[in-house]
Amino acid sequence: MTDKLLKAVEHPSDVFLRPGRIPHIWCPGCSLGSVTNVIIEAIKQSGIDSKKISIISGIGCTGRAAGYLNFDSFHTTHGRAIPFAIGLSVTDPERKVIVISGDGDLASIGGNHLIHGARRNADITVICVNNFQYGMTGGQVGPTSYEGQFQTTAPYGNVEHPFDLPGLAYSCGATFVARWTALDVRRMKETIIEAILHKGFSFVEILGSCPTTYGRRNQLREGLEILENFRKRTVLKHGADPTKTEISKDGPIIVGKFVEIKDKSTLTDNLLKVQRIAKATKARGL
Amino acid sequence: MSETIQKEEDRTVLTGEYFTTGNLAAAEGALAAGCKFFGGYPITPSSEIAEHMSYRLPQVGGHFLQFEDEIASIVSILGASWGGWKSMTATSGPGYSLMLENIGLGIMTETPCVIVNVQRGGPSTGLPTLVGQQDIQQTRWGSHGDYEVIALAPNSVQECFDLTIVAFNYAEKYRLPVTLLMDETLGHMSEKLIIPTKDEIKVINRKKPKDDPSIHLPYKADDDLVPPMATAGEGYRVMTTGLTHDERGYPVLNAETQEKLIRRLIDKIRKNKDDIILLEEYKLEDAEIALISFGISARASKGAIELARKKGIKVGLLRLITIWPFADEQIEKLAEQVGNIFVVEINAGQVTREVQRAVKGKAEVHGVFKYGGAIHTPEEILSEIERRIK
Ligand SMILES: Cc1ncc(C[n+]2csc(CCOP(=O)(O)OP(=O)(O)O)c2C)c(N)n1
Ligand code: SF4
Ligand SMILES: [Mg+2]
Repeated sequence: MTDKLLKAVEHPSDVFLRPGRIPHIWCPGCSLGSVTNVIIEAIKQSGIDSKKISIISGIGCTGRAAGYLNFDSFHTTHGRAIPFAIGLSVTDPERKVIVISGDGDLASIGGNHLIHGARRNADITVICVNNFQYGMTGGQVGPTSYEGQFQTTAPYGNVEHPFDLPGLAYSCGATFVARWTALDVRRMKETIIEAILHKGFSFVEILGSCPTTYGRRNQLREGLEILENFRKRTVLKHGADPTKTEISKDGPIIVGKFVEIKDKSTLTDNLLKVQRIAKATKARGL
Repeated sequence: MSETIQKEEDRTVLTGEYFTTGNLAAAEGALAAGCKFFGGYPITPSSEIAEHMSYRLPQVGGHFLQFEDEIASIVSILGASWGGWKSMTATSGPGYSLMLENIGLGIMTETPCVIVNVQRGGPSTGLPTLVGQQDIQQTRWGSHGDYEVIALAPNSVQECFDLTIVAFNYAEKYRLPVTLLMDETLGHMSEKLIIPTKDEIKVINRKKPKDDPSIHLPYKADDDLVPPMATAGEGYRVMTTGLTHDERGYPVLNAETQEKLIRRLIDKIRKNKDDIILLEEYKLEDAEIALISFGISARASKGAIELARKKGIKVGLLRLITIWPFADEQIEKLAEQVGNIFVVEINAGQVTREVQRAVKGKAEVHGVFKYGGAIHTPEEILSEIERRIK
């Protein structure tokens, strides 16, 4: 009887989740569960051998994603997912390395690695769930918080201007850049498939809902309210100039696939090229 | 020399006799140990290691990457190690300081890799081009939390080569980042280096799991307290985290799991101390006074011993080749033999305090310090001995 019951609730994605790791730590109304599910679907549909997939996360609520996924998965330190991913990716040109982490992790403490990873056109995919602040540590402002946003370390409203992540990634050299909100599950999935299959540095920003530490301080009490707010403001614009996609408090949220450049050599391409040159050079003494 | 291009295997171990520097010897030692990835950031006095690796690694099918900082460098070599490649970085004090958090990640996730620290005078920017031995305690305690580390200190160009291989072997055998504590003088001085043939070099590789991936527990240790290591792409669905974790690699945040994990991480080094601790005993048989030293300072110490013995003072040397784990027992035994121990080091007493602890009051311990910028002269050491022993 219980066996049957258990069978009945098995989800087709269960094999991609670590046995015994669910329930997850994420709050009700958080979009991280559904985003993780979309990533699983995308990996499945990409047709890539699951042995060739590695998932890397930094630290944060989003950073917990790696630990739930049943691939080779690495939960690293705060901000350092990208250099870990680069070291891992260059050891096997066929390996698909996917970084899943938060806005604070990737754009604040790890910002240096983000811009240099993009500059190198390293052969990795970076999925950044931007919930506009630091969820895990209780809702402090971060580098994507907009001016005037209320957070625990901005009780009078944020005094700084935010990074526009697609613009940042693009201007640093990323060759695939896209943004969706957590609501756009179907298009997000298609984009993530393309991003994983893309050769070079692909960057996908997902605007996520964090009711617990963002929403309730900013008149968006429920996760659904945040998503509804996204829906109202979303403007679909494939090919949009990623230097003009900045998000403000109430302005439009431009989503779509902004950039796809196919002819730029990747870091791995160039490393392999250097190997060929080096192997052909004559030996010289020490 | 003939025009033929050597095959890949022929180029990993450049068997022969050379006159070269400690930095180049360390780089060649890494290659001989099977290192295939180097991630680094330039810093004096270590940069020649990175430069040489950028030239040599692509020849042997490896990769060199210069990163945006030392944090990325250390993390990248952890990533490469999980890709199944032996990996290394090289730096000096300021860079080592930046690496510390992620050396902790390497310890927690049990990731084999090697860090060369070519020490210079500190703190801060200090003496970029001059010798220091001031990172001894930083290596031991610099990352947060409780753990054991392995650190080795060569004292010749030959040992820079030999001990880099040993460092890789320990890293692979005990699954942790191992530090090679060089210094500016060693890194830049030139002397003879003999690179043996590939067959003569003992190389240890990490244990691989043999069980079925469906029942594999990535952090279940064998009797030696070291778990076999699957790497990415082998079908084991590697699970790693810097969080406290159980044998499955799953985060379990409670005191019981912490006790079990940290105890094992500490014990895997402590219980294998006899295998890890390397020492050189020099003229200790009849010694009434002992010097304890390491690295470049041990060479000056030997000079002082010659001078002392000419004067009829029976001095010998215990050279610490392995600095961490510390040779407590051997030093306690030495204290029972000699009345006075002089610790010669280019810092304000970082090894001296360990010796004081180890001797358990059985001998007088004197520090012979320099704060960086120059190595001791044998005369300086001798005069210190004569001043204190009347
Ligand atoms: C070196 C270091 N500094 C600070 C922290 C504390 N910390 C953990 S998660 C986090 C912020 C996470 O924010 P984000 O990346 O946006 O992820 P979210 O939780 O919002 O998904 C911080 C500051 C840490 N773990 N390590
Ligand atoms: S704090 Fe926010 S981001 Fe973190 S799990 Fe809760 S809702 Fe999600
Ligand atoms: Mg966040």
